[in-house]
Amino acid sequence: MARILTYEEKDTWIHRLSGVTKLVFFLLWTMTSMLSYDTRVLLAMMLGSLVIYKMSKTEWKQVGTVLKFILFFLVINLIAIFLFSPYEGVGIYGTRSDLFHLFGNYWVTKEQLFYELNVMMKYVTIVPAVFMFVVTTNPSEFAASLNRIGISYNIGYSVAIALRYIPDVQDDFSKIRNAQEARGIEMSGKASFSSRIKNTAAIIFPLIFTSMDRIDVVSNAMELRGFGKHKKRTWYMGKKLKRADYVTLAVTVLLSALFLFITFHDGDRFYNPFV
Amino acid sequence: MTPIIEFKDYTFKYRAQKEPTLRDINLSIYPGEKVLIVGPSGSGKSTIAHCINGLVPFSFAGESSGTLKVKGENPAKLGIFGMSKIAGTVLQDTNGQFIGLTVAEDIAFALENDMVPQEEMIDRVSQVADVVEVKTLLGHAPWELSGGQKQRVSMAGVMVDDVEILLFDEPLANLDPATGKRAIDLIDKISRNKKTTILIIEHRLEDALYRDVDRIVVVGEGRIVADEKPDRLLVGNVLKEQGIREPLYVTALKHAGCELTEESRPQHIETMRLEPYKELMQRWFQTVSYRKEKKEEKCVLSVKDLYFSYVEGNPVLQHIHFDIRKGEMVSIVGKNGAGKSTLAGIICGFMKPVRGSILLNGEDISEQSIKERGEKIGLVMQSPGQMISKPMIYEEVALGLAVRGVPEEEIKERVYRTLKICGLYPFRNWPVSALSYGQKKRVTIASILVMDPEIIILDEPTAGQDYRHYTEIMEFLKEINEKYGITILMITHDMHLMLEYTERAIVISDGHLLADDTPAKVLTDETIADKAYLKKTSLYDLAVKCGIGSPTEFVERFIHYESVHDEQKTGEGRARHGEDTDL
Repeated sequence: MARILTYEEKDTWIHRLSGVTKLVFFLLWTMTSMLSYDTRVLLAMMLGSLVIYKMSKTEWKQVGTVLKFILFFLVINLIAIFLFSPYEGVGIYGTRSDLFHLFGNYWVTKEQLFYELNVMMKYVTIVPAVFMFVVTTNPSEFAASLNRIGISYNIGYSVAIALRYIPDVQDDFSKIRNAQEARGIEMSGKASFSSRIKNTAAIIFPLIFTSMDRIDVVSNAMELRGFGKHKKRTWYMGKKLKRADYVTLAVTVLLSALFLFITFHDGDRFYNPFV
Repeated sequence: MTPIIEFKDYTFKYRAQKEPTLRDINLSIYPGEKVLIVGPSGSGKSTIAHCINGLVPFSFAGESSGTLKVKGENPAKLGIFGMSKIAGTVLQDTNGQFIGLTVAEDIAFALENDMVPQEEMIDRVSQVADVVEVKTLLGHAPWELSGGQKQRVSMAGVMVDDVEILLFDEPLANLDPATGKRAIDLIDKISRNKKTTILIIEHRLEDALYRDVDRIVVVGEGRIVADEKPDRLLVGNVLKEQGIREPLYVTALKHAGCELTEESRPQHIETMRLEPYKELMQRWFQTVSYRKEKKEEKCVLSVKDLYFSYVEGNPVLQHIHFDIRKGEMVSIVGKNGAGKSTLAGIICGFMKPVRGSILLNGEDISEQSIKERGEKIGLVMQSPGQMISKPMIYEEVALGLAVRGVPEEEIKERVYRTLKICGLYPFRNWPVSALSYGQKKRVTIASILVMDPEIIILDEPTAGQDYRHYTEIMEFLKEINEKYGITILMITHDMHLMLEYTERAIVISDGHLLADDTPAKVLTDETIADKAYLKKTSLYDLAVKCGIGSPTEFVERFIHYESVHDEQKTGEGRARHGEDTDL
């Protein structure tokens, strides 16, 4: 079974951190990089992200497929920005330095290229942070982390339950699909697109019914063992915050504050090299 | 001593039902007792457990009269949460009950909800994991565990609360025979070491009686029809009247005309005193006629030197080879995860073997698609819910023909013909949802049968079914096998099924073909039974203890005798459930 974007146990300082710390880092880091268009800040954050990614000892096979997918979208996104708004950069930076003419109304400008470079840097900052968070945080601990930062444990636990039962539902799905295919309901490329859509119903309905039966059992089982009895609950897999966590949190908060300050201190979130 | 569970004139009616499910129940269970509750599906035995753990009336609403006290409290007042401190429930679906992402978290679930501090939790989890022998598995995810291991985790998950009562809802339903034996043994240990009161709800009486129980309560149509010590119950006829299968050795003794007495202690064949019956048994063995008719039909399916693996170097199936002759009824047996379902999957074309071939009527089908194979080899999944995708019976049965572009007129004719064979013709315009479980199972079989397959493969056709439904499903399969010559392969771990209904058993163990022989031989051979996680049939022990020279022969004759008396058996069954013309 392909294990894409799943937690893998490794011994690095990042793995040892509590899920809460990583969640807070991930949220602040992403937010800051989304707000800022200051190229110097983005550059610093991008390097930071890459260093952290390296330190988490994440391997290509864990994230490769997803990364390719994201890169594909990045390229699409950059092209789309240019097609829909070729002078976005000109508008932002207030100057226009044409490089060469493409076709019709489309001129490639330095400002546009610089703007799109910033967009790309945001991707390169956020993506490793996402990967790091997903592959170094034990899913069991994730629910505990959500709960710790003030989100109701009901929500945290529904995430955990989803993670728990996804493999079961996948298993049901392939069983049902096989059995229906044997009855002649073609799901492979041989069937026409419209009949494939129609045939999906033959798999989806049994899947929904089996899943509903499952939900019944699960909710009874949870209730029989006291889920929802109190306003709070404790977590077997919750990690206590240690010194490293406090240090990381402090550094994260300070850096984010600093970056946001640099970004906004002149009243403009763009860094402008053209004036 | 005051009872820990006490029903007094207790009647309960589900809101959605007209008639009460439980009527005038009077039952006292004392602390430390181990009680087995048996009864056919729909008799109300599970409802009794639901009343104790509070699911009735909180999850399943309804009205009750009379009183129920559990440890002096009324579950209807205390609620599910309150009851969970007193009575722990292990559900039948142990995979569904597994909530945590790992074993340790699942065991800790109740403690987490009780806000127990982490350090204490870790201690308590490790202690209880020790009791049920899953300590080495604490970090494992559910899909890395076998059915038996999951069940033990479920037990730990309720025992971690120090409950005084443990309720087991059909603990044997999803386990292979050897694992089931181990489960019963573990329950027995817990009962003796922790003095926990234990209630086991189960219809597989013989397997549940692998270890002593104090009492057996028989429930029939919402009433308690017997509440007796096992030895006493087994000598009488209550079980048979209620459609519960007696242990096979007891049936054999009764067939031979032995007047069983309580003093002979029939609870376990190992310790039963058989001297008074020896002679009768030997005489019966001689008189039961048995002649083996050998059909020499041509071979429809042959599997040749099959290898399969998901990951290279880690074979799931190795060197599997067998021939199936036309019109045979064959069982494929072996422990959970031995590769039985994989084998069926390969035959149907869901997976490609690494090596080896499959011949259908002498023709290699390796190149045929799933759909092409599906026209000759039909697969019926374990639960009807996994197959039924149309709201109406007619449409569901017609589906396979409709997608193949068979003309409307022909579809109609073939569907009607199939529905008649399956006894579903009167319901042809009904919605599927109006049918009982057994009828839905028939609809799924009909939807395969309509395509005129040569072979039908059934995955666990009788799993979780009580004796009556089991008999109905199996008699139906036998009928289509005998009348229409359809070859039937069944994946099962029900040893009764394999003994009674199949001529041959293909035993798979750890990916190897361990045996291909008559079920009677397989189930009287200790080495095979052990390796394949089967259980030696108690008939074997009976034969040996009665000094019958050939136990295998004895088993074969017994089965033959039973099948001759089948007509009577099913006839009785139908008469008894007169108004409920289920199947």
